[in-house]
Amino acid sequence: MTVTTSQPVTPQNKRNIFQQLELDVRLLGMIGAFIILCIGFNLVTDGRFLTPRNIFNLTIQTVSVAIMASGMVFVIVTRHIDLSVGALLATCSAVMAMTQTEFVPHVLGLGLNHPITWIVAVGVGLVTGTLIGAFHGWMIGYLTIPAFIVTLGGFLVWRNVAWYLTDGQTIGPLDSTFMMFGGTNGTLGTSLSWSLGLVATVAALLVLWNARRAKLAHDFPVKPLWAEVIMGLVVSGAILGFVAVLNAYDIPTRRLQRMFEAKGDVMPEGLTMGYGLPISVLILIAVAIVMTVVARRTRLGRYIFATGGNPDAAELSGINTRLLTVKVFSIMGFLCALSAVVASARLANHSNDIGTLDELRVIAAAVIGGTALSGGFGTIYGAILGALIMQSLQSGMAMVGVDAPFQNIVVGAVLVAAVFIDIVYRKRVGAK
Amino acid sequence: MTTPKELRAQGATPMVAMDDISVSFGGIKAVDQVSVDLHPGEVVGLLGHNGAGKSTLIKVLSGAYQMDSGEIRINGDKVEITNPRDARSHNIETIYQTLALADNLDAASNLFLGREIVTSTGLVNDAAMEAECRKIMGRLNPNFRKFNEPVSALSGGQRQSVAIARAVYFNARILIMDEPTAALGPHETQMVAELIQQLKAQGIGIFLIDHDVHAVMELCDRASVMKNGQLVGTVDIEDVTDDDLLSMIILGKKPGEAAA
Repeated sequence: MTVTTSQPVTPQNKRNIFQQLELDVRLLGMIGAFIILCIGFNLVTDGRFLTPRNIFNLTIQTVSVAIMASGMVFVIVTRHIDLSVGALLATCSAVMAMTQTEFVPHVLGLGLNHPITWIVAVGVGLVTGTLIGAFHGWMIGYLTIPAFIVTLGGFLVWRNVAWYLTDGQTIGPLDSTFMMFGGTNGTLGTSLSWSLGLVATVAALLVLWNARRAKLAHDFPVKPLWAEVIMGLVVSGAILGFVAVLNAYDIPTRRLQRMFEAKGDVMPEGLTMGYGLPISVLILIAVAIVMTVVARRTRLGRYIFATGGNPDAAELSGINTRLLTVKVFSIMGFLCALSAVVASARLANHSNDIGTLDELRVIAAAVIGGTALSGGFGTIYGAILGALIMQSLQSGMAMVGVDAPFQNIVVGAVLVAAVFIDIVYRKRVGAK
Repeated sequence: MTTPKELRAQGATPMVAMDDISVSFGGIKAVDQVSVDLHPGEVVGLLGHNGAGKSTLIKVLSGAYQMDSGEIRINGDKVEITNPRDARSHNIETIYQTLALADNLDAASNLFLGREIVTSTGLVNDAAMEAECRKIMGRLNPNFRKFNEPVSALSGGQRQSVAIARAVYFNARILIMDEPTAALGPHETQMVAELIQQLKAQGIGIFLIDHDVHAVMELCDRASVMKNGQLVGTVDIEDVTDDDLLSMIILGKKPGEAAA
């Protein structure tokens, strides 16, 4: 059929500044809450909260939960839940620990700290996580067992598979290259961090520019140029500011001395070196970018959100929702394994209780980040910001000296309050 | 152009023939050996009470349900339709009573759901889809403006036009409309009626499921009436009155027959 008329694109007037910037008000609210939180803790702790050192630690502590939270967004968006992520992390961590301390050195006879150890260990771990996730997804999608039950079972099973694999022992120390994924043991140093920051800034600006060009090419409304410029400045400032802060945290002198001694050198007097970007944070950033692209720009992501919005409609549109469930849980399993790499490398060993209660932190991060348990809504950046807010709250309270039971009471209360605010907000803007 | 009636008189092969279709759910025969057919440019109304089996019959054609026995032929060739993708590949499009829209996505995403336009790198091309969506909506519903909002923010008529756009955009040859005007006001109902005339003129065959006998009298060429899963009969609209149709629906008897 021929199409003659095209829909006229009418510019809308009377828009406020947020609409002109096309910013997500919800995101702004979260960022606002986060900033207030940080400033508040900073005042109470006499400026100890917002030091490069604390920000660095906060960042590397957040990574593991944040990686899993980005996968949990997909799970919750498709109206499922995964209660087994902490246990799955433990199993992956146990498998990787055994691979690098038993399998590679003794079975393959390559000894400790062989250059290929970390590759084998990480590879085995990621495959394990993905397969277990796919198995969960198959039970949920094809056998139609509710996700709550499958992953509740998985919670018990995988926690204890990990125990069985390691005889309940703490396995360590881990491979030295492997431990570079943990944070403090693997950073890029200042100059490399700056270069990466600059590259990221340029890339971000290109993305903004291309988005505008694509809209103009189709004669869609675009935001005013001044708004684009402000967005560009904010984004560049955020990236470079983040790099600057992490670079400003100097490696402690004692530690630097040991690093030189390990190489057989003597440390020059008065030398200081900044940590720069931790590798684990780069992994998180990569995960965030890939998951966001998947969510927004791929068919898989479109189907995940469509299924969450209306499973029947998705099915009637020819989407294989069963296979989709398998894919979503495979992604979750893969990300659990990736988190296991970061978590065990940060601790420098595999311990029996690794990842305990992580499932609740991960779900809380996703939900605080605006993922609706009714399905269909959620963002990756929201979940990561949610994880950061939770971690800040926890470590801020520890710094202030709040008793441990009160810390958890506050975190629990904040979770419920955040969801309530979200419900009120959604009602106000009329979204379901 | 030959009218559908002439085509039938000539004994032309129908574009869709559903023969002896049976579907049962847990021992209950929802559809019992029903046969219907459809010619190009023809509108066939499917009438019957709630639970008469109209929607079940038509969901077999759209791939949502599996039949237990029977045969579907498209232009004379036997086809297997086991899922909605199969139906779409035969250019069968369906507008469901529930509209089957993902409420959290915008109009363009719903229009192209399952058939996204992708860029050379395999990523979905939202800009291109929105442009296409604006084109077709400009034709179907020129007042439609909410392209960047989730369809949950749309009115009943606007949602309906998204569902209709999805069915007609992809060059449907066979269109199934399950109570397309159920949620609409008089003005929008008129819009759908005009659209049906327009699609008919393009040679598209339409199965129209409706409760409203008057709408069927106005829009359809033939009507097939179902009761308790069985076909009461198929009649030419020209040969019957409203009352004839009503007695077929309520009493299950064809015009001219004595009440059963």
